[in-house]
Amino acid sequence: MSFLEIKDLKVHYPIRGGFFHTIQDYTYAVDGVDLSIDEGKTYGLIGESGSGKTTIGKTIVGLEKPTSGKILYNGQTVNSKRARKKLGYNKEVQMIFQDVFSSLDPRKKVIDIIAEPLRNYENLTKEEERKKVLELLNIVGMPGDSLYKYPHEFSGGQRQRIGIARAIALNPKLIVADEPVSALDLSVQAQVLNYLKKIQKEFNLSYLFISHDLGVVKHMCDYIYIMHRGRFVEAGTREDIYNNPIHIYTRRLIAAIPEIDVKNKEKYYMIRKKVEEEYNNYSSLFYDEDGKVFDLIQISDTHYVAIKDKEALKNVENNIA
Amino acid sequence: MEAEKILEVKDLHVAFRFQDKYYDAVDGVDFTLKRNEIFAIVGESGCGKSTIVNSIVGLHDKNFTRVSGEIIYDNANIANYSEEEFNKIRGRHIGFIFQDPLASLNPLHKIGKQIEEPLIYHTDLDKNQREERVLELLNQVGINNPKRVVNQFPHELSGGMRQRVLIAIALSCKPNIIIADEPTTALDVTIQAQILDLLTDLQKEIDAGIILITHDLGVVAQMADRVAVMYAGQFVEVANAEELFDNPLHPYTRSLLQSIPQSDSLGKDLHVIRGMVPSLRNLPRKGCRFAPRIQWIPESEHEENPELREVSKGHFVRCTCWKNFHFEDEGGN
Ligand SMILES: Nc1ncnc2c1ncn2[C@@H]1O[C@H](COP(=O)(O)OP(=O)(O)OP(=O)(O)O)[C@@H](O)[C@H]1O
Ligand SMILES: Nc1ncnc2c1ncn2[C@@H]1O[C@H](COP(=O)(O)OP(=O)(O)OP(=O)(O)O)[C@@H](O)[C@H]1O
Ligand code: SF4
Ligand SMILES: [Mg+2]
Ligand SMILES: [Mg+2]
Repeated sequence: MSFLEIKDLKVHYPIRGGFFHTIQDYTYAVDGVDLSIDEGKTYGLIGESGSGKTTIGKTIVGLEKPTSGKILYNGQTVNSKRARKKLGYNKEVQMIFQDVFSSLDPRKKVIDIIAEPLRNYENLTKEEERKKVLELLNIVGMPGDSLYKYPHEFSGGQRQRIGIARAIALNPKLIVADEPVSALDLSVQAQVLNYLKKIQKEFNLSYLFISHDLGVVKHMCDYIYIMHRGRFVEAGTREDIYNNPIHIYTRRLIAAIPEIDVKNKEKYYMIRKKVEEEYNNYSSLFYDEDGKVFDLIQISDTHYVAIKDKEALKNVENNIA
Repeated sequence: MEAEKILEVKDLHVAFRFQDKYYDAVDGVDFTLKRNEIFAIVGESGCGKSTIVNSIVGLHDKNFTRVSGEIIYDNANIANYSEEEFNKIRGRHIGFIFQDPLASLNPLHKIGKQIEEPLIYHTDLDKNQREERVLELLNQVGINNPKRVVNQFPHELSGGMRQRVLIAIALSCKPNIIIADEPTTALDVTIQAQILDLLTDLQKEIDAGIILITHDLGVVAQMADRVAVMYAGQFVEVANAEELFDNPLHPYTRSLLQSIPQSDSLGKDLHVIRGMVPSLRNLPRKGCRFAPRIQWIPESEHEENPELREVSKGHFVRCTCWKNFHFEDEGGN
């Protein structure tokens, strides 16, 4: 079922300082998370700035080293470079980066950008390579004459599509999409999201979709992880998270979505005030004395929440949820 | 009784110079702002939103920019005020909050000093009164430990706190008008909600009118009383918020609304607006600017020189072709 499993992943960055530039402390960017990825599904990763989303993504594709914990690909550990190489893991997981404007090398033509992963992994002749790149451009809806142009000749949405073409060049099983549409205008965002969905169907791809836009995540994702301070505070299906949020952090996130619903704006305003109060009153049930997020407790087949204990859960269910 | 008009913008044109030619980035914009009102301007990147408000606070470089038309504040046309004249109203009568608080705060000065500055310049308060007022303002914008924060530097505060400080500065002299240009775009959603709520709460206290610029239609729906939808330097639709979302008429407004992921879009493709926003120097200067993006609508349906007309009370739409507009996949009518 799950071809990728992350177990108790921690990524801690040393904070150096002082005269000898010694390690003074650590940033607990990712501090004990589990997640598993099935074929053909989209997983959302939401949380505030600095909560550790990009770090998880980079660690999965091997750009960042885990401090501890395991990444298992079809049951085998891929923590080390050697293991990844042996299992062909690097081909199977690709990443689309947060910043469309700096993630493509401005000096390279589109054909060279998209063909780069092919050159690393496949022995194609020039002609085969050209055909393959044209095919990829076609999949993301870009005209063939883009081949010999440079990134600056394209709009933001087109550049993001070039990034997608490169990411799918090797037929990966998983794409980590880090805020793929955050920098784009609405109409362009719609276009990129549509393409991501379309190629998912065609290639049975899985996505780990990182975003802070809860509307976009709702549209895209089957299963959602909510992250706060390096840990997951809640995980569940789209319905679990949007219809029955339990953790005060999730509830606050959802209450903060600006809905396109003018008639009820007073109501939303009151809900936000109420949720803010809950957030202050109930925080000891969701965070320990050091502000650390508790471990996840399973509350249904699909729904998990980080809460002190079963009793706290009852208290919350009776009083706020 | 009709609320008092505090700002009137008439046929505003703002042109930027490239080599020897000027190009209109804002091309004939009209609107009024009333006391206690939130007037939102929405539109995609580059359509001219910031260019409008920068001309209201006199932030354009006169060597490269030409502003014409009228901006009436307090019975005077301020459109071509000099720097000294703007200094008298900026901060005192018109406060402003921009997207990037770090860029608007001086990194070398303590927070307290930066909030005090407009008070020195625009009020007769003495040193003690000013210090008291600074603490009061920080309290008002929801900063818990104002006594500590006055002695801190901008980089020591989080993005949300910095934005609160900017709001405190904007409010310090109880301005009649507040201009908020994407005040929350750089912030997390939860902080965004707090800042926007704060802005509405404080507005009620000082009876100001707010011009809110955003590209987030959700923010517009939750905040605005009236809305202008802008495309390529012009307003294409202006209406009360409720009317705009219930009964959007212009093809651009309707297309934008269709492209937002919403509950009923689950499992469906989102609407994509064909083509691209033209750049300033390639704007079609004749006929309708949006027409190239809805090419399935035959030429004969477009107006040659569409203008903004009132179609029902307070609801303005550019052009008449909205009457026959349909999405490409809907077929005729
Ligand atoms: N290379 C690094 N060295 C040291 N600290 C880092 C490094 N990369 C990230 N961090 C820190 O780790 C934490 C998590 O960062 P990360 O980029 O994963 O957050 P994020 O959730 O992606 O945030 P955003 O929404 O702003 O992109 C932050 O405190 C960040 O400052
Ligand atoms: N100082 C300037 N010199 C030349 N052109 C400019 C200048 N400022 C803005 N422009 C151009 O004028 C047009 C309108 O820009 P403006 O910044 O007002 O857009 P905006 O609607 O605020 O966009 P965004 O949502 O990206 O902030 C754009 O085409 C922009 O490139
Ligand atoms: S003529 Fe009018 S309706 Fe037609 S595209 Fe232009 S503004 Fe829109
Ligand atoms: Mg990130
Ligand atoms: Mg702007």
